[in-house]
Amino acid sequence: MKKSTEYLRDEILRSSGVNVKKCMRCGKCSGTCPAYDEMEYHPHQFVYMVETGDLEPLMNSKSLYRCLSCFACVDRCPRGVEPAKLVEAVRLSVIRRQGENHMKADDVPGMLDEDIPQQALVSAFRKYTK
Amino acid sequence: MQMNEYKPLIVAFCCNWCSYAGADLAGNNRLSYPADVKIIRVPCSCRVNPMFILRAFQRGADGVIICGCHPGDCHYTSGNYYTRRRMALLFSMLDYLGIERERTRVEWVSAAEGAKFAATMNDFAEKVAALGENKRLEDLRCKK
Amino acid sequence: MQRIGVFVCWCGSNIAGTVDVQAVSEALKSEPGVVFSTNYQYMCSQAGQNIIRDAIAEHGLTGIVVCSCSPRMHEATFRKTAAAAGLNPYMVEIANIREQCSWVHKDMPVGTEKAIILGKAAVAKVNLNTPLTPGETPVTKRALVIGGGIAGIQTALDIADAGFPVDIVEKKPTIGGKMAQLDKTFPTLDCAACILTPKMVDAAQNEKIRIFSYSEVAEVSGFVGNFDVKIKKKARFVREELCTGCGACTEKCPQKKVPNEFNLGMDNRRAIYIPFAQAVPKVATIDADYCNMLKNGKCGVCAKVCAAGAIDYKQKDELIEEKYGAIVVATGFNPISMEKFDEFAYNQSKDVITSLEFERLTNAAGPTAGKLLRPSDGKHPRTIVFVQCVGSRCASCSEKGKEYCSKICCMYTAKHAMLTRDKYPDTDVYVFYIDVRTPGKNFDEFYRRAVEEYGVHYIKGMVGKVSPEGDKLRVQASDLIAGKQLHIDADLVVLAAAIEPDKSARPLATMLTASMDTNDFFTEAHPKLRPVESPTAGVFLSGACQGPKDIPETVAQAGAAASKVIGLLAKDKLTGNPCIAHSDEMMCNGCSSCENVCPYGAITYIDKEFRMPNRTVAVRRVAQVNPAVCQGCGACTVACPSGAMDLRGFASGQIIAEVDAICK
Repeated sequence: MKKSTEYLRDEILRSSGVNVKKCMRCGKCSGTCPAYDEMEYHPHQFVYMVETGDLEPLMNSKSLYRCLSCFACVDRCPRGVEPAKLVEAVRLSVIRRQGENHMKADDVPGMLDEDIPQQALVSAFRKYTK
Repeated sequence: MQMNEYKPLIVAFCCNWCSYAGADLAGNNRLSYPADVKIIRVPCSCRVNPMFILRAFQRGADGVIICGCHPGDCHYTSGNYYTRRRMALLFSMLDYLGIERERTRVEWVSAAEGAKFAATMNDFAEKVAALGENKRLEDLRCKK
Repeated sequence: MQRIGVFVCWCGSNIAGTVDVQAVSEALKSEPGVVFSTNYQYMCSQAGQNIIRDAIAEHGLTGIVVCSCSPRMHEATFRKTAAAAGLNPYMVEIANIREQCSWVHKDMPVGTEKAIILGKAAVAKVNLNTPLTPGETPVTKRALVIGGGIAGIQTALDIADAGFPVDIVEKKPTIGGKMAQLDKTFPTLDCAACILTPKMVDAAQNEKIRIFSYSEVAEVSGFVGNFDVKIKKKARFVREELCTGCGACTEKCPQKKVPNEFNLGMDNRRAIYIPFAQAVPKVATIDADYCNMLKNGKCGVCAKVCAAGAIDYKQKDELIEEKYGAIVVATGFNPISMEKFDEFAYNQSKDVITSLEFERLTNAAGPTAGKLLRPSDGKHPRTIVFVQCVGSRCASCSEKGKEYCSKICCMYTAKHAMLTRDKYPDTDVYVFYIDVRTPGKNFDEFYRRAVEEYGVHYIKGMVGKVSPEGDKLRVQASDLIAGKQLHIDADLVVLAAAIEPDKSARPLATMLTASMDTNDFFTEAHPKLRPVESPTAGVFLSGACQGPKDIPETVAQAGAAASKVIGLLAKDKLTGNPCIAHSDEMMCNGCSSCENVCPYGAITYIDKEFRMPNRTVAVRRVAQVNPAVCQGCGACTVACPSGAMDLRGFASGQIIAEVDAICK
C-alpha cells in the first residue's frame, strides 16, 4: 500500500513534470538563488526532500512563499531538473487544500503602499490563493 | 484482464555494422522488446532487396523493418542512401497496393543506440499489432 | 545435401536461464540437413570447441550452426574451430540467441520459441552455404598519423621504432598540440615543455618520420592495408626547406595586431609567425588573413629581411598523394565555448578565464612571462575562484554543455590551485566542486595535498552567478555542507570548461567511414577488448579523439595504437573478406547499373567472348568484380535488374531461406 505522502509526492512530481532523479546534487540552484537567505529550505533541498518524500516540513515552510519564481535555478541547472517548478507544485498542493490560502483578499489593502507595484500584489494573490 | 492473444510476426533486417551491433547492445543492457521481432543480419541495409520484403509479407510476416547506419555513417560510405531511396519507392508502391504504411519502416540505429533499437522495436511491434494480421499480401498457398 | 551439426550453447545461465537449450537442440534435430544436434554449457570454451571438432570428424559434417552469443562476439572463434577440423570456416553460421533472445526476453517459453526459429533460420542458411576462400591483398608498409599532439607524436615514434615509415599530418604550423600550451603536468608537476619538446625533436629527427605541418587530410579511399590518401599542404608562403627559423621576419613584420591563438588571444603576434620557440618544424608561417603583402601587395618586409630567401608570396596549396597501410586518428580535443554560460560572465569580464587560458597565464613562455596577473589590469589577483564542471555532466538535452565527465578537470584544477598557493601564498584560492574525481595513480594524494598542505579552500557546491562589480567579480555560490550561500569578491574566476573533440574529427570520420558517438568521439571496435581500434579495419584511435583522457592515458593509448599498427604492417599480406559480390556472366546484360552504385569502383566491364550454338562466338559486355577492392556491401546485388549479381556469404537465396524459415 502506498502511503498518503507517496500519493502526494507522485502528484507533485506529475503536476510539476520534474524528474528529481536527474539531480546530481551540485547545488548550482542554491548558488544562483536570489532569495536564498530568505528561505528555510533551499532549492537543492526542495529537490532532495521531494525525492525522499519528506514533504511535511516543506509544506509547512514559509520558504514556499519566498521563492520569487525568477527561474534562475531552472535556467542554470546543468541537469535540467527545474527546481522552481517543483516549488510551484508543492505550493499549489498546499494552497489547494481547504482553507490554506496563503493570502486573503482582506490582506491586500494592508499591503498597498507606494513602493510595491500593484501588479505584484495581483500576481501574488493569484499565486498564493486557490 | 485477458490481453489480445494475437502476436504479430516481424522481420527486421539489420546491417552488420550499426544496427545489428545496436541490437546486441540492447541485449547487453537487457532492454527488452517483443520476441515477435526476428532479426536477419545483412552486411549493409543496401543488401536488402525489395524482393526480400515482399517475400516476407508473402510468407505471412505482419511487418518488416529495415535498420541501417545513420546517413553519413554508413560503413560502406553510401549504402544507406540507396536503402533510403529504394525503400521510399517500395513503400509507396505498397501504399498503392493498400498495404498500411505502418507495416514497413526504415530506421537508422547506430551501434551505440541500444536504447533506440529497443524503443524502435517496441514502438514498431505495437503499431503492427494494432493493425492486426497482414492478410492482403499473404500467399495462402504458403501456409501450412 | 549438407550434413549439418547444431550446437546450442547455454552460456552458463545467460542463455539457459531464459531459453530451454535442451528443447532447442531437440527441435532443430528434425530440420532438413541436420544430422547432429547437441548442447553444452560453454560452447566457446576449449571443451565446447572440442565437441564441435569431434562432431565434424565423427559425423562428417559439412555445415555447422552454433546457437550462442552474437556473431560479432564469437563467429571468428567458431570459424577457427571449424577450420581446425578441416571444415571450410565459412560453413559456420551463428544463431544469436543471447543478445537478441535470452537477454531481451524474460519468459522461458517465449525465449525458447524464438531461439528455435532463429536456429531454423541459421540451418536454412547453412543449407545453401558454399565454401569460400578469402583473397589476399598486399600491405603498404607505411602508416599515417592524423594529428601531431602528444598522442600522434607518441604513436608515430613507437611505429617508427619498429622500423616502419610514418607520416604525421598536423593542421597547425607546428606539432605539439595542447600539451605544448600547458605549464606543468599533474600529478608530478614536471614542466610540460620539458617532457614534450624532446619528443617533438625526436619525431623531427627520426628518419622514418615525415611531418606534414600546416596540412590536412583531404581525401581517403581504399581499405585496410591499402589506403590512398590525399594530403593538402596549405600554403605557408615560406619555403620550409630554406627557412632556418631565425625569427628575423617575425620581429620586423609591421602587422603587430594579430591575436595570438597559441596564447588563446591574450596577446598579439605578427602576421608572419612561429607559434612558439620550440616549434617543430621551426619554420615561419604567414597568416594570409593579416599579411599586408598578400592582401594588398604593399609590404614585403619579411622577404627583405630573410637572409635565406625563404619567403615565397606565390606559394600555392599543394596536394600530396601517398599510400598507407594503416591510419591512426589522433585529432585531440578543445575546450568548449563558454559563450553560452552567461551566468559566469565570461563575455563580460576579461578576468573570467578558462583553465587553458590560466595555463598560459602561468606559463613562463606565456603572455605574462609566467607571472599570474589579471588580464584586465595586470594586477596580482588576491582571491581566485575556480569553478569545476562548467559544461560537463549536463543533461543530455542541454544546449550549452556535454553529458559526459571531462575527466581531466578535477586534476588540473587541483594543480592550478596548488601552484597558485605555492607561488603566491598570500592568495585565497577557492575551488567549487560537485564531486572531486581523482581515480589514478597518485591522483587523490595530489588533491589532498592541495587541501592539506597548500590550504586550498575546497567547497562542495556550485557557483550560481558571477557578476562584475567595479574591479571585482562578485561570486555567488552555495556551500552545501555548511548550508550557506556564499558571496565572494574575487579578482579572478577560472572556469574548468568541458572538453569536446576537435571540429575536424567529424568530416574526417566521414572520409574514413569510421563511426562516431553522439558527442563526436570516435567509437572503438569494442569498448573493453578493442579500445584502440575503430570498427573500420585499418583505422586506429589514439588520445582524446576517442574520449576525454589525461596525458598518461593518452600516451598509453598511443603506444597501444602503435602496437596494433605494427602488428598490421608486419604482415606481408592480408587475407580479405571472401563475402564479396560476384557476377553470373551468363545472366549479366551489361547494363552498368551495378557499376554506378558501387561505392568503391570495384566493378568494371569487359568484353568477353562466349561460345554460342553452332560454333559461333559472340562478344558480350559483362560485369567483373575486383575481389581486392569489393568490400561486400551488396548495393550492386539489388541494383542488378537481371539478378546476375550476388553476394557470397549473403546470397539472395540464403537470405530468402532465412526469411522463409522465420515466417514459417
